[in-house]
Amino acid sequence: MNVIELKGLTHKYSIGTPFESVAVDNVDLTIEKGEFCGIIGHTGSGKSTLIQHLNGLIKPTQGQVLIDGKDIWDKSVNIRDIRFKVGLVFQYSEYQLFEETVYKDIAYGPKNMGCEGEELDKRVREAAEEMGLDEELLERSPFDLSGGQKRRVALAGVIAMKPEILILDEPAAGLDPIGRENVLSRISEYHKKHGTTILLVSHSMEDIVKYAQKVLVMNKGKVFCHDETDRVFARQDEITEIGLDVPQITKIMMLLRQKGVDLGQDIYTVERAKERILRYMDNKGTVC
Amino acid sequence: MLKDITIGQYFPGESIIHRLDSRFKIILDIAYVVMLFMAGNFYSLAMAGVFMLIIYMLSRISFRLIFKSLRPIMPVIVFTCLLNLFFIQGESEPLVRLGFISIYMEGATTSVFMAVRIIFLIIGMSVLTYTTSPIELTDAIERLLSPLKVLRFPVHELAMMMTIALRFIPTLIEETDKIMSAQKARGANLDTGGLVKKAKALIPVLIPLFVSAFKRASELALAMECRCYKGGDGRTRMKQLKWGMRDIVAVFVMGVMIAVIVLLNISIPIFGL
Repeated sequence: MNVIELKGLTHKYSIGTPFESVAVDNVDLTIEKGEFCGIIGHTGSGKSTLIQHLNGLIKPTQGQVLIDGKDIWDKSVNIRDIRFKVGLVFQYSEYQLFEETVYKDIAYGPKNMGCEGEELDKRVREAAEEMGLDEELLERSPFDLSGGQKRRVALAGVIAMKPEILILDEPAAGLDPIGRENVLSRISEYHKKHGTTILLVSHSMEDIVKYAQKVLVMNKGKVFCHDETDRVFARQDEITEIGLDVPQITKIMMLLRQKGVDLGQDIYTVERAKERILRYMDNKGTVC
Repeated sequence: MLKDITIGQYFPGESIIHRLDSRFKIILDIAYVVMLFMAGNFYSLAMAGVFMLIIYMLSRISFRLIFKSLRPIMPVIVFTCLLNLFFIQGESEPLVRLGFISIYMEGATTSVFMAVRIIFLIIGMSVLTYTTSPIELTDAIERLLSPLKVLRFPVHELAMMMTIALRFIPTLIEETDKIMSAQKARGANLDTGGLVKKAKALIPVLIPLFVSAFKRASELALAMECRCYKGGDGRTRMKQLKWGMRDIVAVFVMGVMIAVIVLLNISIPIFGL
């Protein structure tokens, strides 16, 4: 079933001024329930504008946004309900923390939903656990935490609302490699456990290949392609052409192929490369 | 919504008004204000208005901006108008009598006169900010105030503070927008409810904004210190302010205008108009 459906979505900024620009240009898109979709694209390719349409923060200039088959700008729909259904975590989300304690901050979203008492407590503790925040952190001030911890508190704040669709804008930006891994693998685990539909915006091909099942490539406000990860990266040349990178390991394999060592064109992760190299080494005697 | 704020907005250009020395522009603007207050009747005021429109045309700024700069000040204008209308008493018969309120001819004239004067004032001042970049403006203020250094007045520090403040207005607006979106995504209700409820709903926006503003301030201070900034003493400028022929001409034109206004003030009553 399609949880998200975009029909001819167009968004223009600064209409009627000399600065008018089209950020999203006639986009048709469907996202299936339970899909883990990575979104990549250049700065200014319309990714951020696109995702802000999905929970009604921005109203489309033209076109429709359908969540669970219903137009979110229909009069019968309360936009706040949509925001609880579609959780959105912004880039550098640690800037949204404001409460005295981590616990209160995580509770802010669910409280807005009307959650109270035991249910609220349960949600907060669950979300904190899911994001790997220790019990003792809950009573600390969010401003005393490290960057990675703050980020996970912000994520927990949205997860505690138990959204059916979770959209993350660069959740790992600006973190060190351990912090990145920590945040992304927790999101991946959360996806496996709850079957939530996840859209992950990222600049890092490595991250997308590692965690996402499908990839949406945006270019100049349009959808360049939306397909299974394997199939998207098989179009390596086209992707490089629009100025995006392919994973580093894929590049290395491409260079090796030019040197006469062909290990196959479908290598996007280090694991698979390792496997192929080992096989190649074993066979080397017989092949050459 | 926050992007509509135009206070002190600068529109780059190459017109003669843009190229005037910013120090002269500030002084001439003050002279213009003085001139407006010297204008004692509708004729001299109209003359000042024509002069201002010519300046506006010379600066090649879109006329739509006139209305944009007036919009925020509208309540003040209406308020002044009403005050003058109701509280000025004339000698002739009142035009309207409503209970204890009576409106006289004199009150009506004065209120229109005041409104027009305030409008001309705002438009004239906005020409300055529309055509002068904030950097030039603070530079000019620093230079104009520099005699006060003798009195140990921290002129350079004041100018630096103004520069920094102006520089960070757009940044903070952008940041506010972002934080508001983030809290809305968490179900914050920023637009509805009574005054108390609205104020309370702003806490999740204001606290992160203050936190990041303080963080930015300390980072900026550190960056300035790293580049050995230690106040204005012995500091030289990359861009020197230079004045030339066109500035002298501008001062001359302004002088003539003031003379015309004064003449109009004196002569009109004599002709009995």
